[in-house]
Amino acid sequence: MYRYDEFDSQLVRERAEQFRGQVARRLSGELTEDEFKPLRLMNGLYLQLHSYMLRIAIPYGTLSARQLRKLGDISRHYDRGYGHFTTRQNLQLHWAQLPRVPDALLELADVEMHCMQTSGNNVRNISADPFAGAAADEIEDPRILCEILRQWSTLHPEFSFLPRKFKICVIGTEEDRAALLIHDIAIKIVRNGAGEIGYRVYVGGGLGRTPYLAEEIGSFIEKRDILSFLEAIMRVYNEAGRRDNIWKARVKILVHQIGIEEMRRRVEAEFADIKKGATLELPAEELARIAAYFAPPAFAALPAESPEYEAQLREHRDFAQWAKTNVHAHKMPGYAIATISLKSIGKTPGDCSSEQMEALADIMDEFGQAEIRITHEQNMVLPHMRKADLYALWRKLVPLDLATPNHGLVTDIIACPGLDYCDLANARSIPVAQAIATRFCDLDRQHDLGELKIKISGCINACGHHHVGHIGILGVDRKGVENYQILLGGSGAEDASLGEILGPGFDQEGIVDAVENVIGTYTNLRQNGERFLDTYRRLGPQPFKERLYAR
Amino acid sequence: MLVKGGRIADDIFTPVADGEPLSDGPIIISLRRFQAEKTALLSREVPLAVRLETAETPEILGEDVHKLAAIVLHIHHFKDGRAFSWARLLRTRLGYRGEVRISGHFLLDQIAFYTRVGADAFDIAQNLPVDSVKVALTEISNVYQPSVDGRSTIRDLRTARFAKAAVTPP
Repeated sequence: MYRYDEFDSQLVRERAEQFRGQVARRLSGELTEDEFKPLRLMNGLYLQLHSYMLRIAIPYGTLSARQLRKLGDISRHYDRGYGHFTTRQNLQLHWAQLPRVPDALLELADVEMHCMQTSGNNVRNISADPFAGAAADEIEDPRILCEILRQWSTLHPEFSFLPRKFKICVIGTEEDRAALLIHDIAIKIVRNGAGEIGYRVYVGGGLGRTPYLAEEIGSFIEKRDILSFLEAIMRVYNEAGRRDNIWKARVKILVHQIGIEEMRRRVEAEFADIKKGATLELPAEELARIAAYFAPPAFAALPAESPEYEAQLREHRDFAQWAKTNVHAHKMPGYAIATISLKSIGKTPGDCSSEQMEALADIMDEFGQAEIRITHEQNMVLPHMRKADLYALWRKLVPLDLATPNHGLVTDIIACPGLDYCDLANARSIPVAQAIATRFCDLDRQHDLGELKIKISGCINACGHHHVGHIGILGVDRKGVENYQILLGGSGAEDASLGEILGPGFDQEGIVDAVENVIGTYTNLRQNGERFLDTYRRLGPQPFKERLYAR
Repeated sequence: MLVKGGRIADDIFTPVADGEPLSDGPIIISLRRFQAEKTALLSREVPLAVRLETAETPEILGEDVHKLAAIVLHIHHFKDGRAFSWARLLRTRLGYRGEVRISGHFLLDQIAFYTRVGADAFDIAQNLPVDSVKVALTEISNVYQPSVDGRSTIRDLRTARFAKAAVTPP
């Protein structure tokens, strides 16, 4: 993975010291809260319902054991002994104290981490496929470009005060494990007819009040031109994006208002102009230099099948259940990708205690795993496990409550922090996720239901990605009472689509029954091994409505 | 207080509001007045500056931009970052060589960014100690991106270090 050199280190340390000065100016009253707000946001610090919240950047969702151990330590000393992994592959500490944050930033700098641009109207932390470097059909590791973009976007002098936040995602496979098209800029690594590798660029995705999937703006951008092309998009947006209304300020609104053709025309004009200067051209040597950091580990030459692993699958039913959902194909024979679920039944989705983080860091060392990944589905991934080690890994995970065998199943629920923490929320998300998971905890039933993605947001800002859930749940405030609407038919995968609201909402007790009814409608009507999503797409909302709102 | 190059500087310009009589000497006028009285204004043999509001792109000025001694980019609210692009546009596509001045509501913490995209004068309303401006300009030593200021980027520094290491005998 990427390692800081002295330039990167110096920059994050100076940034932490700069923030110390800004905190001092705020505490002395030199800065008003209005003036301090964008400065703290650019360092990942929010003011929430009960406390400050510090959002730590996990670039492209990759952590070393040393970093994970440090996050455990920081969660204990600067928070209440746990952290919350988010849909943007970051970690949130919900109980931060303002005067101590500069110290936390310096501790993060010790392990080559920071909180820069995890909030505010700038280019946010870049997200990526959590299976990067391990997926069988990958054209190229997306993190190479992610790291180049991390550096390009960090303290960008022109694009640090954009109309609104700006999210970029990169994947290198057909299969989409990163919810690509809901980003402001989405980049897919592709090959052209001549076999050269380049980038397909999409623009204007985003959820929130007005959800859109990103549309293609460049079918094949050559590698050397990618920074010029992105800077062209950013400039068009910075100049023309709306600033009079926070709800209409994302680039998706600009793209929708002027149309993708006009957007393309403007971007291409700007792109041509930037290319004349050539200062943003990305030399092959720089790409190669960054790519070297992401060179694959030294894989052993192993047979494709591990007799040991096969025997353990036969002997241990619980292990086999876990492997069925949480173990995935790897590009190398004898290796596998393992998902560590942060969705223990009845617990808060995405939460991880200091002890769990530290124990996982030890496990990484024990099994020779240099990296662990955070997924946008709020789970973790060990990308390069030997199949023969999976049983030993699972045995270690079980007592840590990290072996829940539910990846991709109905209890693997995405939920934002909601009204338990967030001052933007209208309703709680966590108790709803817990209640649904508890209702569907029977594993045989979960397997019978198959792939089913429930995503819950506590407000219209959609941090819980409810628009792209097979079943999405949106918490709203209805005359002072928490109310939950159901959306069906969304997907954040390669078959991306936006869900549609089914009808009137339900109260906190009713929502679990409503989900049960929706799922019951599916099991009555499914054909030939259809997933929930397939059945919905075949039949539309009507049968679900009929059952849910039957008098 | 006018700050140029991290130092307090004399401000030769006097702002003149629309409808007010023009004073002798260098003046700053609005875009609207410039467009209305262009011929007369440009025939005066004194430096002239035009103030652009945040929503006004300097491209409106066309070739006239080169006849102006200064462009004042007036910031209504510090969160509106369009002027970062306007300054850059002045220095790149428009090839403007005069003063690019930032005035209005901006933060000390934005001066380094404005400087990078080509602004070279800051009209600082509060009486900030000039040392704090110097700190703001230097507290982050290096930069990742190329911009108008032509500073060596971290990539340049890496390449230079690598080249140096290559010629140093073991």
